[in-house]
Amino acid sequence: MEIFNVLNFDLIPLTLRLAVPIALAAIGGTLSERSGIINIGLEGMMLTGAFGAVYGSFLTGSPWFGVIFACLAGLIIGSIHAVLTIKYKANQVVTGVGINILAMGFTTTMIKVIWGKEGMSDEVNNLSDVSIPILKEIPLIDWLFTDQSPLTYFMLIVVILSWYTLFKTNLGLNLRAIGDHPRAARISGINVTKYRYTCVMLSGLLAGLGGAFLSLVQNSLFVQNMTAGRGYMALAANIFGGWNPLGSFVASLIFSFAQAIRFNMIGYNIPDQFIQSLPYILTLAVLVGAGRKTRAPEALGEIDE
Amino acid sequence: MKLKDIIGGISRSESVKDVYISLFSILLALIIGAFLIFLIGSSPLQAFTVMLDGAFGSVSNIANTLTKTIPLIFTGLAVAVAFRCGLFNIGAEGQLYLGAFFSVLTALKFSFLPAFLLLPVAILGGIISGMIWGGIPGFLKAQFGTHEVVVTVMMNYIGINITSYLVNYPFKAEGWVAQTDIIPTAAILPKLIPKTQLSAGLIVAVIAALAVYFLLWKTDIGYEIRAVGENQTTAESGGINIKKNISLAMAISGGLAALAGVTQSLGVYERFIDGFSPGYGFTGIAVAVLGRNHPLGVILTALLFGALETGALKMDRVTEVSNDLVIVIQGLVILFVAAPEIIRSILKRRESQ
Repeated sequence: MEIFNVLNFDLIPLTLRLAVPIALAAIGGTLSERSGIINIGLEGMMLTGAFGAVYGSFLTGSPWFGVIFACLAGLIIGSIHAVLTIKYKANQVVTGVGINILAMGFTTTMIKVIWGKEGMSDEVNNLSDVSIPILKEIPLIDWLFTDQSPLTYFMLIVVILSWYTLFKTNLGLNLRAIGDHPRAARISGINVTKYRYTCVMLSGLLAGLGGAFLSLVQNSLFVQNMTAGRGYMALAANIFGGWNPLGSFVASLIFSFAQAIRFNMIGYNIPDQFIQSLPYILTLAVLVGAGRKTRAPEALGEIDE
Repeated sequence: MKLKDIIGGISRSESVKDVYISLFSILLALIIGAFLIFLIGSSPLQAFTVMLDGAFGSVSNIANTLTKTIPLIFTGLAVAVAFRCGLFNIGAEGQLYLGAFFSVLTALKFSFLPAFLLLPVAILGGIISGMIWGGIPGFLKAQFGTHEVVVTVMMNYIGINITSYLVNYPFKAEGWVAQTDIIPTAAILPKLIPKTQLSAGLIVAVIAALAVYFLLWKTDIGYEIRAVGENQTTAESGGINIKKNISLAMAISGGLAALAGVTQSLGVYERFIDGFSPGYGFTGIAVAVLGRNHPLGVILTALLFGALETGALKMDRVTEVSNDLVIVIQGLVILFVAAPEIIRSILKRRESQ
């Protein structure tokens, strides 16, 4: 029964684990783009967060401070994107590209400054997994409460909270109005600028946390360019998921399922490159299929006034 | 030829202001870079002197600088042509991988051709693959209104993975490294300076820049592309076919980006190597923006970035400062040029003082 070798039950936890960083960054992208600001800089924001996390853990010895550092690093780089695109009305795509390049250069330079090494940091204390008593005894869903990272639970809370806020509250209604018709939103008395700043900074924070998951949960050190395109994958997940936090989460699960299955496919002749391309091919197919009916915020990328 | 002609159709005072903004962005980024070097505990003056020496101190250093300039000219031109049509080509990275691979494949498969034909045919093979890969997002944008930024981002990864698959499986040379066989001598771009990596790719790059200038400002095709870029509604009412021009501009852009990979493969590595590009396609965006989407500006900016990167290697060896600091400087330059309002407000403050 070859199929059972490929689809064994470890696959579900592994899929969830791989989805955490992508989903966090993707929801960051959803928030930013719902406010009308394109965020190509997710990759750089994740990388900065991954670096901040390791630096925080290195300085204090506590991985939790690492997580806080990652949030701060994400907030800072998110603010850069916010100030440039909102206050100075910079081209959002160029700014995003600039942020990616800046983050790459800055983190690599700082490895050498802080640890005196090329390409990777020292090992630091990583964020250990937790098991939740009682719940971990429940059959079938026991895996969800056994040896999971606290950040995984945080991600699940973010998914639900951001979906609820976006579609079930006035805040969300306002935000969606801003993404579609910023001028009308402004006239009706919504503080568009405030929403935009909040969303873009939050997107930095969430992407930064996603980076922290890579460096402090999946690893215990920072490696040059360790995000390796996951920020772009998050961008794809956001689009694939229709600019919806739940959609972003499901898309991240689909993408990481493809990654997870790879570990069980050694010996089957499916080249890794195909699996790596799958998220982008799927997203492209959805985009072309949806055509003009795409659910993108209507005024995405346009700063009015 | 007057300055006004060289910088194209824009009014002179506008473009002079633009040039100021570019120069100020570079200056500001260098100042912040110097400050970072100071924070690290090194001497900015020493670092920059070493960098200058590393970039221009000897014939071989200059050759290295020019070698690094070549791919950036191509990707810069690629992004600039798309920009002029109002399109954002983030996909130069994927396009250059396709171009590199298929030029090498052409060189390997058509090695029976007479020697004088092989090189042009190989270059053409690369250009065509890039034009197709760049033309697809253009076509999708024209036909379905799919946003070209998103499509090119997706196609980058698909393109890089396709070439990675091809060089890891069907066309892998013997041995551990993921690379193709070496190409026939007739397909290698000749060296301009012996014993350096500087190849005739530089000449191809300068010709390409001239061709882009000529195309955009001296032909009807270029006029239409720019008209679409400036105002689609006006262009359409003037009888210009928007869809055709969007597809065409993206295809040309893809072909130019491909040349970055072609000249690297045929001029420097003499084969295709998996993952060879350190992000020329993305740096090309900076080159185009900083060079104001003008071929002359692109050449100058590419030279600046090439010099920074070459000089940084020496700085890395001689001082405590990592060569990655120049990536920080490049990133800062992009952010400043992206937000000309920052520079304007600084200049304004200076004037009012």
